[in-house]
Order: sequence, then C-alpha cells, then structure tokens
Amino acid sequence: MDNTTPLRDIPVKNKATPLPSFLMSLMRAREFALVVMIVLIGLALHLITGRFFTTPNLSAISLGFATSAVMILGMTAALVSGGFDLSVGSVFAMGGVITGVALQAELPIPIAMLSGLVGGILTGFVSGLLITKVQINPFITTLGMLGIARGISLAITEGRPLANFPEEFLIYGQGKFLEIPNLILIALFIILLGDLLMRRSAWFRQIYYVGGNEEAARLSGINVDRVKIAVYTLSAMLAALAGVLSASRFTVADPGTAVGEELRIIAACIIGGCSLRGGKGTVIGGLFGLIFVGFINNGMILLRVPVYWQQLVMGVVLLLAVGFDTVSQRWQTRSRAKKTS
Amino acid sequence: MSFLLEATGITKQFLGTLALDNVRLELQAGEIHAVIGENGAGKSTLMKILAGVNTADAGEIRFEGRPIAPTSPREALMLGIDIVHQELSVVPTLTVAENIFPGRLPTNFWGMVRYGELFQNAAKVLEKLQVGVDPRGPVEMLSVANQQLVEITKALSFNCKVLILDEPTSALTDYEAQRLLEFLRRLAADGVGILYISHKLKEVFAVADRVTVLRDGKYVGTEKISDVTPEQVVRMMVGRELGTMYPPKGKVSTLPFFEVRNLRLPGSANYNSFSLYQGEVLGFAGLIGSGRSELARAIFGADPKAEGEILLNGLPINIDSPQKAIEYGIGYLPEDRKAAGLFLEMSIKLNVEAAVINQVSAGGFIVPAKERLLAQHYVQQLNISTPHIDQEVRRLSGGNQQKALVAKWLSIKPKILIVDEPTRGIDVGAKKEIHFLLRALADSGVGVIMISSELPEVLGMSDRILVMHEGEIVNEILAADATEEKIIHSASVSKSEQIHYG
Repeated sequence: MDNTTPLRDIPVKNKATPLPSFLMSLMRAREFALVVMIVLIGLALHLITGRFFTTPNLSAISLGFATSAVMILGMTAALVSGGFDLSVGSVFAMGGVITGVALQAELPIPIAMLSGLVGGILTGFVSGLLITKVQINPFITTLGMLGIARGISLAITEGRPLANFPEEFLIYGQGKFLEIPNLILIALFIILLGDLLMRRSAWFRQIYYVGGNEEAARLSGINVDRVKIAVYTLSAMLAALAGVLSASRFTVADPGTAVGEELRIIAACIIGGCSLRGGKGTVIGGLFGLIFVGFINNGMILLRVPVYWQQLVMGVVLLLAVGFDTVSQRWQTRSRAKKTS
Repeated sequence: MSFLLEATGITKQFLGTLALDNVRLELQAGEIHAVIGENGAGKSTLMKILAGVNTADAGEIRFEGRPIAPTSPREALMLGIDIVHQELSVVPTLTVAENIFPGRLPTNFWGMVRYGELFQNAAKVLEKLQVGVDPRGPVEMLSVANQQLVEITKALSFNCKVLILDEPTSALTDYEAQRLLEFLRRLAADGVGILYISHKLKEVFAVADRVTVLRDGKYVGTEKISDVTPEQVVRMMVGRELGTMYPPKGKVSTLPFFEVRNLRLPGSANYNSFSLYQGEVLGFAGLIGSGRSELARAIFGADPKAEGEILLNGLPINIDSPQKAIEYGIGYLPEDRKAAGLFLEMSIKLNVEAAVINQVSAGGFIVPAKERLLAQHYVQQLNISTPHIDQEVRRLSGGNQQKALVAKWLSIKPKILIVDEPTRGIDVGAKKEIHFLLRALADSGVGVIMISSELPEVLGMSDRILVMHEGEIVNEILAADATEEKIIHSASVSKSEQIHYG
C-alpha cells in the first residue's frame, strides 16, 4: 500500500508555470479594464472638448480627488475585511475642525495636525471596539459614528467654518515640490504604500483572511478582533488626515464639508474591484475607480451637464460598472463549470 | 407493475465530480422505501432531484406513469412530491396553522386572513393525521419532534403523494423517533409513498418495506427488508474490504505527552480528562451532539473553558485562543470545512499558508517565492489534484478541498492534530489517502485526535477509542477490544451504566 503513503514525494503534477497569485491576476484584470475605460473616457472628452488633456485641467482634476485618494486605503481595508466605513466623510470634517481649533489656539503646527489625526484614530478605535466586542454590525456602528463625528465638528464650531490659518500650515495643501502639488505627492505616497502593504505585508494579508472567512481565519490563529479594530482605526485616521490636508488646501476647516463623501469612496472602491462580501480588492483598483468616477464627473462639467443631473449619472455609472462585472463573473463561472463537466 | 414514482438513469455532475451515475429508484404507493448509503453516496442529491431542488443532467423521472422534470421545489410540490429536510423550514414565530397553509391562507374580500376558517382547516388536518398540537399556538413553543410533524402535516395538506424525509430522526429522542415511525406507518397505510433517508440501520429495518442502497453515486441494489440482514446491507453500502481503507496500526509510545485534566465547559457539569500518547491515533466516538466537537474546540482555544488544566510534556499550558494553540503546535481541522475551515474564494496557496503567514515572509513582507514553494510542496505531498496552486479552493472536489485544509495544518508542523470528521463528504479515494496520511503523521510522532461519527473509521483508524455521551467521556476502549456494538452501546448510555471492556 505504499503508493498511497502520502509522506512521499510524488512527481510534479501541476505544471510549474508560476502564475501570478489568484488575487493579483483577478485584480489585474479589473484594473486593466478600468485603465482602458479611463483612457477611453479621457480621449473622448479630449476630442469633444479639446481641453481635457491639458495641464491645468488634469492638475485640477488630480487636486480634486487627492484628498479622496488618501481615504482609499482605509476604505479598501474595511471592505476587504468584510465591512465598510460610513463615517469617513464626517471624520474628514472633524479632523479638519480639530486641527483648525488647535491652530487658532496657536498650538505648534505639528501638534495641531497631530491632534486632528488623534481625533480620527479615537473614533476609528471606538468603531472597531463596538464592531468586535459589542458586535454591532459595521453598518450601524459607522452610521452612528457618522452622526457623532459630524456632531462633534458642528458643536465645536457652532457650525461656523474656521479660517485664518498660519502660512506654514498651508504648504501641505497648496505648496509644490518640483512643480507637482504637495497634496498630490502625499496622496500618491499613501496610495502606493497602501497598495504595497495590502499586497505584500504579512500583517495586512490577515485582512483578506478575515474577510474571506472569519471563522476560518480565527481558527487559523488570526486575531480577528485586533485586525478589525486596526482596520477601522486606520480608515478613520486617514479620513482625518484627508480632512486636515483639505483644511490646508482651502485655508478653511468647514464642519459641514464632505457630506456624502463616504458613498463616493465606497463606490470608487467597489468599481475598483472590492466586494461587499469581503476578501478581495486592491488599493490601486480603488484609485482607478476614483479616477474613473472623477473623469466622468469632470466630463460632465466640461460638457456643461446641468449639476442637477450629475448625481443621477453617477448612480447609473456605479450600477452599470458593478452590474457589468457581476454578470461577466457569472458568465466566467458558468463557462468554467461547463468545461469541467 | 406500475410505480408511483420511478426514476431511471439519473446522472448528476457537480463541478467535475460525478455525484450520481445512472441511478434508479422505484417507489410504490403505500410503501416506506429506505434509501441508504455512506456519506457522499448521493442519497441527498437524488432526493433533491426528485424534489425539484436540483435538476438531473440525464435520466427520466416518471410519476404516476407520466414523465416529469420538476425544476423547482414548488413545481414538485404541485405534483405531489414534498421533501422534509433535516433542517426544518417552519417559521417559528407563526402559528401552527399558518405554518401548515403558507401561501394558501383563506382570506376575505379585503385580503385579510380569516383566522377562524384557517384554524378549523388546520385542526381538521391535524386531527386526521392524529397530530396532537394546538393549531393556534406558535410553532416555536413546540418540541423539535412536533415541529417536524407540523412540517410533515404541511406537506400532506398539499395532497402530497410522495413524502421524502431526510434523516428525520437525527434530532429526536428515541421515544420521539418511535412516535414518528408509527406516524409514518399510518401515512403509508393511507397510500402515501415515503422515501426515508437514514444512517440508522436499526430504524431502516424497523420501518421500511424495501431498501435501496447507493454507493459513491452508483446504484447498488434494491432489496425487500425481509429478505436481507443488516450485515448484508452494510456490505452493499461499503462494497469493499474494509481493511484496504485503513493503514496498519502504529507503535504508540508509552509517554502521555498531552493531557487534559478536569476540563469543564461553561454551562456543563461534566469534567473530562484524558491523555494522548506520542504516535497515537486517539478516536473520539459518540452520537452527533455528544459534545466531541465542543470539547475539541475548547481544547484548541476556539471556545472558552470554564475550568480545567492542559499539560504538554508535563507542563501546564494556557490556551485561550487558537493563536496560542497553534504556537504550542496544536492544529484543529474543523468538522465543517466550508464554514469554518477553508477560504473558499481564495487560492490553494493562500489557504495553505493561512496559519503560517510568518513562515512565508521576511521582515514583515510576504515573499512570493516562499509562498509558492510551500504550496507546491503540499500539493505534491498530498497529491492534491489541481491545475495550479492559484486555483480557487471552491473549484476543487470535496476530497481535494479537504486535503488543502489538511495541508494548512501540516504546515504548522503540528505536535498534536485534532481532526473533526476528517473524511466527511469526500470520495473513497481521498478518504483512504487521508487515513494513510493521519497514520503516517502519527508514526512520525504526532499525536492525532480523531473525532468521527463513522464507526468503521473509528475502528479502522484508532489505537484507542474514547466514547462520549451527553458531554461526558463515558468509556475508553482499546482498539484490540473494540467492536461496533460496544461503541454503540457505550455511546447511548450514561457513565454509570457503562460496561468496561478490557
């Protein structure tokens, strides 16, 4: 019976073509399709308007979604873990407001910025605790946090935007390095670092396992609660950072800013390949999703589509993008099932 | 002779595995017809096809002489074929009457339910079937046995002619099971054809008129119960020499390197203690729900313990999470591989490395070359049949899925491996490979704890068998003395009534 003794080397059965891992190949496919779409939309807009691929327009678009891009990593992590974070728009406002208050109290700039981030970290940490230890679902928890963070911003400022920040604070949002806006460099840095971490870091890999099958992850020795708490903390911290950067960019911390931002970010991530069921998604995909949405938005402005129609178009775009993907995946599954039978 | 229901040439494939291969089944009116076979034999798939849950790839079903091909449970129901699953589909908060007539509630002009008429109708049906429950009471107040009767009543209220019951007694006490069997006999006497799926041969012989045996998706035969003995039926089910399924037993060291002392679970009054020897396969036998998995999960740190001590190499260790258990070299292969074991949408590679991410990384970052090496190593060693290591696990057959799960635990280089129903629902070939693998592990010095509800497996694999009954280890039987009868007896009585063998 020794041909069934398993602790024996059996000739290589799988052909040794080391395909890229399943995760990457799938995400790459999605990312590739998105890049193609983005280029096509850009070309179309350029042909129609003649002023899409111009430095001022591209620079304006990029600046427009740089602060959103900062939040992609956090939202991607939350979605991959099987949840999502509805509070990012409010935490964004809160981060800016806290920093603004600190600046007006004439605290040193690094301390002021840090206090905005700490505010974000705290809300995210509390969300994480509620989701894991009290086991309130992420929807309700972050919806509650959405109200709380917005309420804090409004209460602190009594609804009035804060302005008059010191000159040195404004370099983050308005300065340039080698002709490239600092804001874009910061956002790009976070995106690239985030993508690297989500793909390769051993710690971040745990998020995929948690989202893939929570119970199996737990039984595989992964501290699921710790992973989730970290994910929500990261998401809120980045949202607060984005808010601080936005305050620096516009020289104003508005407690009423970024309403509905969470849905835009979630839409971008979903278009970029995240699944609401968790377990999949990349940061780069989310960025492409954001650019895709941003291009369409910009196109509507260039084409002078009335502002009232823009939300409707964005809704349709989201449904089309995700619907198309869902259907094509089902087709793939079916054709594969047929092949094997 | 014409049959009430006649299925011929039924063939069904699931993602590359042949679940049913040219199977046939004939059911007469007024007959209780048992369908038996081991796990994975195809019983449930066949029943699902008859009940319209799945459709067959090939084959013909004739009902009262006419060919039918139900494509939904509703269609089958309208024809008069209903299935009562192991998991009941009653709505606990609604009344008995509402559960009996869902979607067919008598309504008045305004679309409001006429409760008076509803309760009367329900009472009539219940009385006719001699089911003693109140049609006005909510179903959640009933015992599981009575809930089941409500569900069967619902089926019969549809003028059901073929009733399919899937393991109906698995959640019932002996007395309730007895009542159910009597109930079924009355139904059959009224002309209903009953297909009865069960693992319990005793029941089959007590209630069935005929028995059809399936094995590995194939039709083995149909016999009159009065013409066969249980031994003959078992031989039909197994169809092979048992010896070849199991490796020779190994040499067990006399060193108890892992001990569990007075372990009590929260909410339980039982204290359980046992030792595990190096190189041993320790079998845990018992009925479903006897507390074997709960004990294993508590040892592994997956569930909390109320009190007790665990010693590894004579030193007490504190396991309060699976993470800790893994650090001590303990692995746990859960009984439900899809819900608790595998990351189905992820690749083999990611599944294999899930418990040892640090092993395939350097400086906190994953090294793709190490990942591939690890996965390829186990794909080869365990003979996992897959085109490549990036294949999603859900696309593998059950046996290969189970091997991928085993690979995850081998990669932690376990000292102790707890396997819970390690061969449930997988094909015979993979089963045999896993048996030999577990023995090879034991021979290499690993202590293996094997929970299994398949007695032949417990007998074939274990060096020593612990039997559990209602949360308590009630007996210990050495492999040399063990027989199916001894285990079954031990598993069904409490500690004070045990007979001690050898």
